[in-house]
Amino acid sequence: MSSLKFFYSRLRTEEKQLFKAAEKLGIPFEFIDVRSLVWPDVDISPGDVAVGRVVSQTQNQAICQLLESKGVRTVNPSSVVALCGDKVATAAALDNAGIPQPPYRVAFSPDEAILASEQLGYPVVFKPPVGSWGRLLAKMNDRDAVEALVEHKSYMGPQHQVFFIQKYIEKDGWDLRATVIGGKPVTAIRRCSEHWITNTARGARAEGFPLDSILINILKKVHGAIGGDVLAVDLFQTRDGWLLNEVNGQPEFRSSIETTGVDLPELIVNHAWSLVSRD
Amino acid sequence: MTVNCVVCEGLVTMPEDVMEGELLLCPDCGTELELVSINPLTVEEAPEVQEDWGE
Repeated sequence: MSSLKFFYSRLRTEEKQLFKAAEKLGIPFEFIDVRSLVWPDVDISPGDVAVGRVVSQTQNQAICQLLESKGVRTVNPSSVVALCGDKVATAAALDNAGIPQPPYRVAFSPDEAILASEQLGYPVVFKPPVGSWGRLLAKMNDRDAVEALVEHKSYMGPQHQVFFIQKYIEKDGWDLRATVIGGKPVTAIRRCSEHWITNTARGARAEGFPLDSILINILKKVHGAIGGDVLAVDLFQTRDGWLLNEVNGQPEFRSSIETTGVDLPELIVNHAWSLVSRD
Repeated sequence: MTVNCVVCEGLVTMPEDVMEGELLLCPDCGTELELVSINPLTVEEAPEVQEDWGE
């Protein structure tokens, strides 16, 4: 009989909530700490569905790829994990779909990164292509700061030699985090902070926000561009409309539950269970 | 259920439904601990955040 498998490495609140939701729904499941396994010694069958919740982006993508090679459907698919895990790839996919996002440049040398910053106009934000929780984001207000930053980055390894630079968007102290499950927008919250970085992992305050038809339309387009089963979409509201900042494929959602009352773990588990082969 | 912090030996109280792998915060020194075994009760310092961690 097929079942749900949860792959994780760090038992966050979200993982516990997912396990409890599966228990409550009476769905057969198993949770597997990837730190304790050696592939291919994993008890899986084609037709199982695996929910990838490994906190390391690299490890999550690897386990999803391995599971798919054995006919296991993963939530999210490894291609979506890869796309969401790379801000350059995400920006390109959004561009292709015509979804508005902050102006950006991608440079491959320190000199061109400086030039790109000048083209965009200060302030700009340097983001590592892979990374989360607001780590290593750098808001640059002038050329002097950029020159120092790119020199520091030149000593930080190959990943930091791809310079992803976004125009800084004035957002009046908040951004929007929306959650899309199975292609359906289900929650939106405002993340408010005195700091320009508004991740709740960095202490931003969360408030519920209504999902109107404009937002729903944008979120459906985002899902069309990125695909996947569970997406967390971050947007900025501007005078000219919404700008899409980032798409996350393995969200932490506790703040969205508390502020909207929507049972996201149950929705995720039910969606994953709907993908299990009944053959 | 309680266990001693591996850093400061402070007393860390665990929730009733605690699971292996769960993260606990020592109330005395603030160290993040991971429950690596329920029987016997064993905690270790939780792994440091890595560059590619997160949503």
